[in-house]
Amino acid sequence: MRHLMSPLDFSVEELEKLMNLAGDIEANPEKYAHVCAGKKLATLFYEPSTRTRLSHEAAMLNLGGSILGFSSADSSSAAKGESVADTIRTISCYADICAMRHPKEGAALVASAHSGIPVINAGDGGHQHPTQTLTDMLTIRTLKGRLDNMTIGLCGDLKFGRTVHSLIHALVRYPNVKFVLISPEELKIPSYIRKDVLDRQNIEYEEVVRLEDALPKLDILYMTRVQKERFFNEEDYVRMKDFYILDSKKMELASHDMYVLHPLPRVNEISVEVDKDPRAAYFKQAQYGVYIRMALIMTLLNIEV
Amino acid sequence: MVKNTLNVGRISEGFVLDHIQAGRSMDIYKYLHLDKLDCCVAIIKNAKSSKMGKKDIMKIECPIDFMDLDILGFIDHNITVNIVQDEKVVDKKCLRLPNEIRNVIRCKNPRCITSIEQELDHVFVLTDPENEIYRCKYCEQKYDGRLRRR
Repeated sequence: MRHLMSPLDFSVEELEKLMNLAGDIEANPEKYAHVCAGKKLATLFYEPSTRTRLSHEAAMLNLGGSILGFSSADSSSAAKGESVADTIRTISCYADICAMRHPKEGAALVASAHSGIPVINAGDGGHQHPTQTLTDMLTIRTLKGRLDNMTIGLCGDLKFGRTVHSLIHALVRYPNVKFVLISPEELKIPSYIRKDVLDRQNIEYEEVVRLEDALPKLDILYMTRVQKERFFNEEDYVRMKDFYILDSKKMELASHDMYVLHPLPRVNEISVEVDKDPRAAYFKQAQYGVYIRMALIMTLLNIEV
Repeated sequence: MVKNTLNVGRISEGFVLDHIQAGRSMDIYKYLHLDKLDCCVAIIKNAKSSKMGKKDIMKIECPIDFMDLDILGFIDHNITVNIVQDEKVVDKKCLRLPNEIRNVIRCKNPRCITSIEQELDHVFVLTDPENEIYRCKYCEQKYDGRLRRR
């Protein structure tokens, strides 16, 4: 039995297969409409998350399966003090696969060690969020036709943004991927990513502060939100939150096929006027999130069509 | 007694741990859980050493399959482990960094699942042998405590 804890759990070849399946699901949704009939997905969400929970549930419903679960710790036995290990042992009796989000780092790994069903890590605190990374990769691959030979701009909160860290880990496995790291000084990429991942593997990158300087070079621009909860004082947050605002004027500096991604929710960092630009791909990205999760559920349940 | 010497008798079966960094023997006593074992232990602190200046030595009388010495590799892999049987040193064990250490050190990350999950083992994994870096198996936080050789 296989689980998904980190985007690196899959080899490049396995990812290729997964993304090919997601592509076929997009092209032929009717072919997959009943493949999970009789199967149940449990969504165990110990903290609220609109997009991730609904996207897993939509994926299972699209495959003809059904769903059950809870959407906050208050409405689960965790409020009574039940351990993750005990919860997953019980849920294994009710469902065929589960997606778990938990505020504590490593919670999904504990669940996988005691589970009788495949566990998908749907976010464990600030640690891993592998289905977001798979979504980002499928989006890039679909829009650009490749994951190699690419210059990717990562913009915003590069210090705390786990989606950015995961994406770097996942993309350095492909040849000739370069990064432009765009952030204010206070939110620069941590040294354990810069030194341990980029420098160690001789990955080409540059760090810049001005978004305008980076835009002309990029194949993909990955924007992130500055999260209020990461700051100890309001003053710093207010200073940082609108540091980058991507608008139509700045988009003129980018090439005609530079797509803009964002894990959402967006606040001010992408002006609403950019939504009309055909290069704005963040809502398509949400759609690809459903396709990749459909492919993932099928893969972990060993369902072949 | 000859000046500046201290004699500790031979052991018939067990371990002699030599070249322990001076002052660390009590840490080792603790992490090998020797306080819980009913065996004879001699600790010699600050013994003279031509190589180290000062060193600690421990003699532990116990069956040789009685003890897991992997943790010594984590604390200080320069320790010499002499294995004694019939009052003779029959083997010298080379210490290496263990790939995994369980319930010896604790994860200090308050966001880690180990901070709330009941009866969960604290497991650290050797992720970078070259730089001797251990990370929590669950949250991947780097261990930067003071247990290891300083």
